Amino acid sequence: MEVMMAAGIGIMAAGAVYLVLRERSFSVVLGLSLLSTAANLFIFSMGRLRPGVSPIVPAGADGYADPLPQALVLTAIVIGFGMTGFIMALAVRLRHETGTDHIDGVEARPEGMPEHDS
Amino acid sequence: MTLLIIILLPFFAGAVGTLIAQRRGFSAAAWAAAAPVAVSLALLAGEMPEILTGEQIIVSRPWLPQLGLNLSFRLDGLTLLFGLLILGIGLLVILYARYYLSPEDRIGRLYALLMLFMTAMLGIVFSENALLLVMFWELTSLSSFLLIGFWTHSPLARQGARMAFAVTGGGGLALLGGLLLVGNIAGSFEFSDWFAAREAIRDHPHFNVALGLILLGAFTKSAQFPFHFWLPAAMAAPTPVSAYLHSATMVKAGVFLLARLYPLLGGNLVFEYVTTTVGLTTMVFGAYVAMFRHDLKGLLAYSTISHLGLIMFLLGLDTPMSSLAAVFHVGNHATFKASLFMAAGIIDHECGTRDMRRLGGLWRQMPQTAVLAIVAASAMAGVPLFNGFLSKEMFFAEALDLHGIPLLENIAPAAVTLGSMFSVAYSVRFIHDVFFDEPHELPHRPHKPPRYMKIPAEVLAVVCIAVGVLPGHTVAPLVDVAARAVVEDTLPFYRITLWHGFSLPLVMSVVALAGGSVIYWLLRNRYDVHLHVPVRYTGRLLFQHAYDGVIAAAGRLTNRLQNGSLQRYLAFAAAAFIGLGLWPFMQHGVHAGDRTPMPAAPFGFAVWGLAMLGALGAVWNHRDRIVAAILAGMTGLAASIAFAYFSAPDLSLTQLAIEVVTTLVLLMGLTLLPQSSRAESTSGGKARDAVIAIMVGAGVALLSWTVLSRSQETISWYFWENSVPGGGGHNVVNVLLVDFRGFDTFGEITVLGIAALCTWMLMEGLRGGRPSITPALSGNRLIFAAAARVLLAFALVVALHLFLRGHDLPGGGFVAGLIAALAIMMQYMGSGLRAMLARIRIDFWRWIGGGVLVAGLTGLASVLAGLPFLTSATRHPLVPLLGEVPLASAMAFDLGVFMAVLGTTLLTLTALGEARGKPTSAEEDGRWKS
Repeated sequence: MEVMMAAGIGIMAAGAVYLVLRERSFSVVLGLSLLSTAANLFIFSMGRLRPGVSPIVPAGADGYADPLPQALVLTAIVIGFGMTGFIMALAVRLRHETGTDHIDGVEARPEGMPEHDS
Repeated sequence: MTLLIIILLPFFAGAVGTLIAQRRGFSAAAWAAAAPVAVSLALLAGEMPEILTGEQIIVSRPWLPQLGLNLSFRLDGLTLLFGLLILGIGLLVILYARYYLSPEDRIGRLYALLMLFMTAMLGIVFSENALLLVMFWELTSLSSFLLIGFWTHSPLARQGARMAFAVTGGGGLALLGGLLLVGNIAGSFEFSDWFAAREAIRDHPHFNVALGLILLGAFTKSAQFPFHFWLPAAMAAPTPVSAYLHSATMVKAGVFLLARLYPLLGGNLVFEYVTTTVGLTTMVFGAYVAMFRHDLKGLLAYSTISHLGLIMFLLGLDTPMSSLAAVFHVGNHATFKASLFMAAGIIDHECGTRDMRRLGGLWRQMPQTAVLAIVAASAMAGVPLFNGFLSKEMFFAEALDLHGIPLLENIAPAAVTLGSMFSVAYSVRFIHDVFFDEPHELPHRPHKPPRYMKIPAEVLAVVCIAVGVLPGHTVAPLVDVAARAVVEDTLPFYRITLWHGFSLPLVMSVVALAGGSVIYWLLRNRYDVHLHVPVRYTGRLLFQHAYDGVIAAAGRLTNRLQNGSLQRYLAFAAAAFIGLGLWPFMQHGVHAGDRTPMPAAPFGFAVWGLAMLGALGAVWNHRDRIVAAILAGMTGLAASIAFAYFSAPDLSLTQLAIEVVTTLVLLMGLTLLPQSSRAESTSGGKARDAVIAIMVGAGVALLSWTVLSRSQETISWYFWENSVPGGGGHNVVNVLLVDFRGFDTFGEITVLGIAALCTWMLMEGLRGGRPSITPALSGNRLIFAAAARVLLAFALVVALHLFLRGHDLPGGGFVAGLIAALAIMMQYMGSGLRAMLARIRIDFWRWIGGGVLVAGLTGLASVLAGLPFLTSATRHPLVPLLGEVPLASAMAFDLGVFMAVLGTTLLTLTALGEARGKPTSAEEDGRWKS
């Protein structure tokens, strides 16, 4: 289960980074949103994976779930939403101001110029 | 306490008072500034009898004891001398500035800055703690910067201010480094501890580095060669500022520092050699250059540099009498130089120029000013009967008495005589060129200066003569205790007298006076000094070159790194993270821990597959944007299930609600953006990004796995044990949020509110006008609207239920706020924005503000009860019918969280939902469909 969780977080992070590196603002927003989910899962799993218990007093026979990472992640999830909303608005505004949704605010690069070099 | 009042009164009473009083005119502003200074001076004078008996007062209060920073102050002879100079000359400068400034100048600002400087300077001389001293030291640099640049419209003033700040501020950093080193060696930052441990400190291998840094700080502040160039540039300041900061007080801070640290540094060979050499060089160099300056203030600036060099030289020497001469000359120089600056300001004020090539023959128009200037210049030149003569004689005697410093002991007597000859020459030039040379055409006809403008200079001139004639009856006791504070009471028997027989120092004085007069005569009649053009290769130009070079290099570096491509920045950032993350892995390798892994459940595979399908699908389909958004949402849902499975019900609920609103945000935003992206990445670019992404992913996965395979050491037992007795709640996650880490949560809802307000502001000008729903869907909408209305009541009840039980069971303000927001959003989607707003009636930002306010007030309530911010209280009152009800003040805090989250969510969603984008010509949505 631990290997699955670790691999899952890694794959989500990789996908998120790839999306963040795209040219269009929407991909970046999507990537950041995915990245926060991955980060939240990562922090949460620092409390270790323990099915069948709970973070509520009194503890059961199997002990309790670590409440500290949960509390940290809970606010992080909500803040993540605030951030996604803000970046989405930024993307909309960028398009309105510059007429393009390219993240650099400039649409066309000269023909034949490699995408990733300046 | 008295010491603290003496230090703080000028700024806290003077600066505020003068800014208020300036509306009633210049005089009111001057009175408001002067009164607190006079009080401080009186308080200091009240301590004087005790200090003159050789006592010293040290008071200390902890401020940031972890850093070794204490509010420690010391009042001894040295502090007394400097304190009297700062406050006494400060009072005179306030009076002088009242008449110096023109009506269009903002006098309140000048006074307020002077008061700030005064407090900072007093702070330096009263500090007993090294870190405290550095704080005040930098504050003097800052106030000096603001005062030099007082006339902000003048480019010279701005340049001078920058230069002074760069040099003295940079020196301040060096000083901080040096003092930190000494503090680390000594284990304390109190000067008395340093002096007690002087042997250990001086034997430490780092001592010479610390000494070098401290000297760098002192030399830059006191304008020693080769850091002197900022001082002439600082003459762009109003003359009262030059008189006060840049001759009488601030530039003495470097000298003061070495005097204060003398018990630690004195007698050290490196200190002695460096300080005497630098001081002597500066003394001769400054005096030489001063002869060729045409600007009165320029002449005085170089003269100040020269005299500071003289004092530095004396302080470096390892004899008690040299320290006495040094502190004596500090006082003498402050009086005659301040009065000369004031005279220069009066001349400038009345004639419209300070250029000695244009001035001349002013003896007839302003005889009183001429007398003042002659008195002060005589003191500067070291003429008998004036105070400068006495300290200069002592200086000569010390220069003759150098033993054990190779080279210097042979050069010094000749060098000091030469420097003094130059000093006489520029003093004669100052008087002769201005008052006696043939008159020239002036910008405007000179008239008599205002009566009160001359008084400060007159007072100082009287002091020059009184000290010069009757040293034993005036300053001798003060100078004595000041010197004793420096050398720790090891002064031999001595007397400061005007006449002590024919001696070699007297011969040197006579030679200097005669030689200086001859030099001036030669300069005037043979060389024609008025035609002298200053050399171009100056420290100032070097500084300017270096400054421009640094700016240009920074610009080039910025242009290289910041080429405007966000992709490039993000790739750099990701690559940097890979590098930082790789390093420890390379060092230690990757090893599995000892924790027994859990077997994978079939259910787990299903959820994992869902998450991966979402994440990879979103990447694969990222150009088809709606599909990508929905696939990414799937990952969020899978995360919610994972939270539930791994015993985090609160997280699961929150993640579920957030996933819904996030998808809403993405879809709303998407209506204002192209629905798809065209294929534009080159395959090389894709490959590069894929490599970066896979490396980041692999790193994160490895890190997660190494942690997950190890057993845990956690501090959570504390929260677990104290949740019920301390926080009054059984749901530890909720108690953590609203109680243990309540301050954190308070900050977070504030940030959340700010983010939502920013989102809303970004949509400024794009609001309104968008049809809330496509007309073609209006049939479906009716059913949806009706269903939403029914659901609203249920959803709100669920939200209330989750909120109320949150302290003991999964739920709480965050989840409840999100669910209430979702219920309201359904009304929006069903009936449109206007119908929804009509029902809510309260603006969303009021919800946010109200929520933060409620949370904050809950925290403050405990402050009123004398407990720290956000201490929670629990009660279990008996309520009729309901029985015992658990009530915690954290509930009120959670209410604030609820309101803020509700407002934030709704404001973000409606901001994006309301916005309308206009189609632009640059791209058309359809064209990009691949």
